[in-house]
Amino acid sequence: MKPDDKDIQWVEEPDLGASGKTYLPLFVEGMTTTIKHLLSPKMTVEFPEERHQIPDPILYRGVHRLNRDEQGRVKCVACFLCATACPAHCIDIVAAESPWPDREKYPASFTIDELRCIFCGMCEEACPVDAIELTSLFDLSGKSREEMVFDKEKLLSIYDRTKDSEPMRSVRMAAEGKPVGGERPAILPETEGPPEIAEKDNLAEPGATP
Amino acid sequence: MAETIIIALVKIALVIGGLMTAAAYFVLLERRMAAWIQDRRGPNRVGIPLTRIRLFGLGQPIADGVKFIFKEEFTPAHVDKLLYFLGPVVIFVAAIAAFAVIPFGSTLPDLGIEGLRGPIHLLVAPGVDVGLLYVFAVNSLAVYGLILGSWASNDKYSFFGGIRSGAQLISYEIPLGLGILGVVFVAGSLQLETIIGQQARTGVWNVFVQPLGFVVFLVAAFAEAARLPFDLPEAEQELVGGYHTEYSGIKLMMYLVAEFLHMITASFLIVILFFGGWHLWGLTGAGDEVTWPIAVLRVAVLLAKVTLVVLFFMLARWSWPRFRFDQLMDMAWKVMVPMGLVNLFVVAVWIEYGTRLVEALGLHGGIVMAAVGWAVLVATWLALTWAAPAVADNRPRLGPPYAQEEFEERPTP
Repeated sequence: MKPDDKDIQWVEEPDLGASGKTYLPLFVEGMTTTIKHLLSPKMTVEFPEERHQIPDPILYRGVHRLNRDEQGRVKCVACFLCATACPAHCIDIVAAESPWPDREKYPASFTIDELRCIFCGMCEEACPVDAIELTSLFDLSGKSREEMVFDKEKLLSIYDRTKDSEPMRSVRMAAEGKPVGGERPAILPETEGPPEIAEKDNLAEPGATP
Repeated sequence: MAETIIIALVKIALVIGGLMTAAAYFVLLERRMAAWIQDRRGPNRVGIPLTRIRLFGLGQPIADGVKFIFKEEFTPAHVDKLLYFLGPVVIFVAAIAAFAVIPFGSTLPDLGIEGLRGPIHLLVAPGVDVGLLYVFAVNSLAVYGLILGSWASNDKYSFFGGIRSGAQLISYEIPLGLGILGVVFVAGSLQLETIIGQQARTGVWNVFVQPLGFVVFLVAAFAEAARLPFDLPEAEQELVGGYHTEYSGIKLMMYLVAEFLHMITASFLIVILFFGGWHLWGLTGAGDEVTWPIAVLRVAVLLAKVTLVVLFFMLARWSWPRFRFDQLMDMAWKVMVPMGLVNLFVVAVWIEYGTRLVEALGLHGGIVMAAVGWAVLVATWLALTWAAPAVADNRPRLGPPYAQEEFEERPTP
């Protein structure tokens, strides 16, 4: 190393000052900090006996659940939006003809591989009928890989366990007086004719001339 | 004769058993303290084995010991087998052997057993006249353990750790010795019992009258024990594990236990030399004649003081950052050695002239000496602050001619 190299930037040490050179203020400061922390309340919780208090269980992204509607049927309509949105490809749905008159399809089987899931919450965002939601349960464990693939029954049972502590988003929004379900949000203006965005899409299409 | 040997064996068993237990539980205490200082809880689960009883984690040392014993004891292929084995043995033996002359109480009264007449001294080898010298001689063998281990490991991190420990431990031997010389002058003996006895008789602990010597000894003891502001031989952030990088299993445990034993030795010496040993005013008495309650009380006082010093060692670990190596050396040679010399000089002058002067003036010797001692401490500290020998800038200097001469490129052939 050449000390007169132009690329080297020399940084001067800060001057300690008279009190700094006695080392005493720094010694006192260090010891004060240590003792303060020694006596302060501890941050960790003793897990199995005492559970971590999640600040907002609605926002927390834990184990999934499949919601039920008022009649106790699975809410899912097997539209595959969650499976499409999932970046980890952990959702596997087998759709079948719905036995009920209010929808065309329902999931004959609905499995989530919890070991593949990255708990990003995209499925919850994508779901048009609020059928899949993430709960605040975080201590999920199993003894085998097979056990960690949750099927429809298991996911519905998680809903039964958590529906009282964490109500469905639709229930919550209804309680707060907000529009629920398929209603359009009020902020979009009701316009006549095709919306502007559709025209732009046409323009962008290759070969299409105005 | 046979009684003497039996008594010695009993005392050895007591000391070694006590030390091993103490080292194990100080490890637990250290971990709990570290956790508390970092706002955690620390190991508090392990209790009585095979039950659910926890006992605040007091079973942790047993679990740690079992873990160390049953771990694979891996010997790398590139080591010098004999020295690799010898390193931990040397350091461990040296650390244990130092306790032969360190008292862990004063005396027990006559037991009333035939053949055992007279009081029993609570140390393995009573009446050793070279006591303190022996402690330092044996303790300085520890550096052989470190260097043997690090050299035999045949590994760069270990080697750096060994080099550092060699330089550090040998440098700090000098302030360590200078720090105690004042105490030895005042007591007139190297026997640790006599040094305690002198402090108990006068009721003036050495820390009050020789604060400068205490500061020098304390800092040097931290460095000798390689505790945190001075733990360069094994600085994890810099050297992986330092001199014991290549060790595992029970050999590693010997190194770690020996390290704790050094800390305990240092604590015992600090208490005995500067804090009056087993003496506490109005509680333990001062004489050689002891009854059973007094004897027990003296052991308790001594061990309580030692525990407090160990707690200070552990607090200091999390309070102050590690020194840079050149700062460490500056600290030893430019700060601690002058301080120790000043202390030695003042104590010598005091013994030669001061005592007579105080007697002639009719003053209280202890108070005057304490005043002198503290004045000397403040004056020396301020003088060293003004001189600032440890504030060193060791970077290569800028500008000619130094830069050109030193760093001129070599002509290419």
